[in-house]
Amino acid sequence: MNFMNDLIRVEHLVKIYYLGEIQVPALKGVDLCIQSGEFVAIMGASGSGKSTFMNILGCLDRPSQGRYFLEGTDVSGMTKDELAQIRNKKIGFVFQSFNLLNRTTALENVELPLFYNNTSSRTRHHRAMEALTGVGLIGRQHHLPSQLSGGQQQRVAVARALVNRPSLILADEPTGNLDTRTSLEIIDIFQKLNQQSQITIILVTHEQEIARYASRQVIFRDGKIIQDLSFEPRQAAYDLTQMPPPTEEAIP
Amino acid sequence: MNFLMTLRIAFKALNRNKMRSGLTMLGIIIGVSAVIAMIAVGSGAKARIQEQIASMGSNLLIVLSGSATSGGIRFGSGSVPTLTVDDAKAIATELPSVKYSAPVLTGISQVVSGNQNWSAVTYGTTPEALLIRDWPVVKGRALTQADVDGRAAVCLLGQTVADNLFGEMDPVGQVVRIKKFPFTVIGVLALKGQTTWGQDQDDTLYVPLTTSQRLLFGRNFPGMVRSISVQATSAGTLQQAEEEITQLLRQRHRLRPDQENDFSVRNLTEAMSTAQESARVMSLLLGAIASIALLVGGIGIMNIMLVSVTERTREIGIRLAVGARERDILYQFLIEALVLSLIGGLIGLIIGVSASQLISHFFKWPTLVSLQALLLSFSFAGGVGMFFGFYPARKAAKLDPIEALRFE
Repeated sequence: MNFMNDLIRVEHLVKIYYLGEIQVPALKGVDLCIQSGEFVAIMGASGSGKSTFMNILGCLDRPSQGRYFLEGTDVSGMTKDELAQIRNKKIGFVFQSFNLLNRTTALENVELPLFYNNTSSRTRHHRAMEALTGVGLIGRQHHLPSQLSGGQQQRVAVARALVNRPSLILADEPTGNLDTRTSLEIIDIFQKLNQQSQITIILVTHEQEIARYASRQVIFRDGKIIQDLSFEPRQAAYDLTQMPPPTEEAIP
Repeated sequence: MNFLMTLRIAFKALNRNKMRSGLTMLGIIIGVSAVIAMIAVGSGAKARIQEQIASMGSNLLIVLSGSATSGGIRFGSGSVPTLTVDDAKAIATELPSVKYSAPVLTGISQVVSGNQNWSAVTYGTTPEALLIRDWPVVKGRALTQADVDGRAAVCLLGQTVADNLFGEMDPVGQVVRIKKFPFTVIGVLALKGQTTWGQDQDDTLYVPLTTSQRLLFGRNFPGMVRSISVQATSAGTLQQAEEEITQLLRQRHRLRPDQENDFSVRNLTEAMSTAQESARVMSLLLGAIASIALLVGGIGIMNIMLVSVTERTREIGIRLAVGARERDILYQFLIEALVLSLIGGLIGLIIGVSASQLISHFFKWPTLVSLQALLLSFSFAGGVGMFFGFYPARKAAKLDPIEALRFE
């Protein structure tokens, strides 16, 4: 295994939650390597530990035991502020419920991560517009989230995840609130980013349908990985052409 | 994240909920304007009292004669003249703590000029009396030792007397009749205004002591005076002067140790200082009460900021997820609280100053708005915002991003 190509390497990751006197182990020793440029689907029932694992991968949480190397750097012992910097520069998040700031335009939502690394306002605007162009939302940059459809909101979220040019995108059930066609469109964006820009994508889902577009599936159960398989992914772009033509989106 | 951007976010957040921000600010506005207006009222009163003290003359002692006993009946102070002109001279020359002393004869006398007449307090005294009271002459000249030595029939008029007898005319050189005796007006005294107890200090006239002894009051007790005005060399020697005068006069009056004083020494400055002290306490008290209003306003800010943090938990989660550090969130909410309190403080400043003007205009109450009070209340408002904003801001900054993102 080429050590240098490991974007993510976790060794014997354990996470224990303390609910009063009771110890609840959420992760019971997970080892995993993800190479740069992979498209990984993480699957499992609720309570399987996949969300806890994602939170640790996303540097939102720290493991109780074990080590986590991101781009060769051990981040498991970092301070909160250092983790914030890692989240800002190296990781882009996409959530099931979009998590955009209300009453804030699409453009400003996309600019948000740049606020936290002292980017000049001109560069901020430029980079945000670039990211919005990338997800096909140019012309709607001044719309508020409430004026956008679910699919469009999720695309704003993807643009926000991309704006700091991260090496990793973590998507937590990104299609959970979207219909089939819009889901495919979002997956198509991910696939293009993965194939054209070599961005590593880790996608948490419980839908087998969606997981098939990833080239590797990691399945969790009871805080452990029970299956880790690679296979030829389906292509969202192709599947989109096979679908009936889109109905008009409700909100222009 | 730099300061300007944080400031912009704060303004945007406050702008979103105008009604709520306005009401929160109202607490601070009321607090700051109350502090400013109350301090203005208090220091206005203090300034007026100070002015009155200055008008009385500084470091002033008055020695009153009397309190004599005759056949078991005790008379009040000044009822029987026991002080002499020589006592006054001795006080001035023998005591190092005394700067000036002036023997004074007093009485009410009727003054006539042409077809006008007026009744005024008349002082027969020496030139030092006006020095002691720090009372300049605005027209004509002051009394001189030559007037006293020569028993000149001259007088100095207070403004009120001059106005009542002569109106617009210049009284200097005119002849008035005091108790039927003709006196030439040699000058008019400067305007002094009222004493703290409302007595018109300008309703008065001064004549040489010797003249008054001969023509006006002195017939029953020749060489005796009713009181002696004394000015100590400084505020520090006032107490000493009081003791020295008592000793000297007891000695001069040949009083045995078991005998009571046949005179009394009064310290007027002390009485005035008490009035001044009470004005200061009032000013402090008013300020303290108003500060409580400001404090309550601060609690209002804290309350609203706590609600705001809870409402915006998800926003905080998003910001943390995309890379905000704890201190970024802390500053964001702290600056929001600070903006609330400082804008409120600024509006309160304007209202407070206007209120002070209105109070002095409509209630004729002197107010004094000092820059110090403005700065103090404004920075106090800022401090209140900072203090009461800190806890909610810290609460926001310490949120767990995972929990915050899941918050509904």
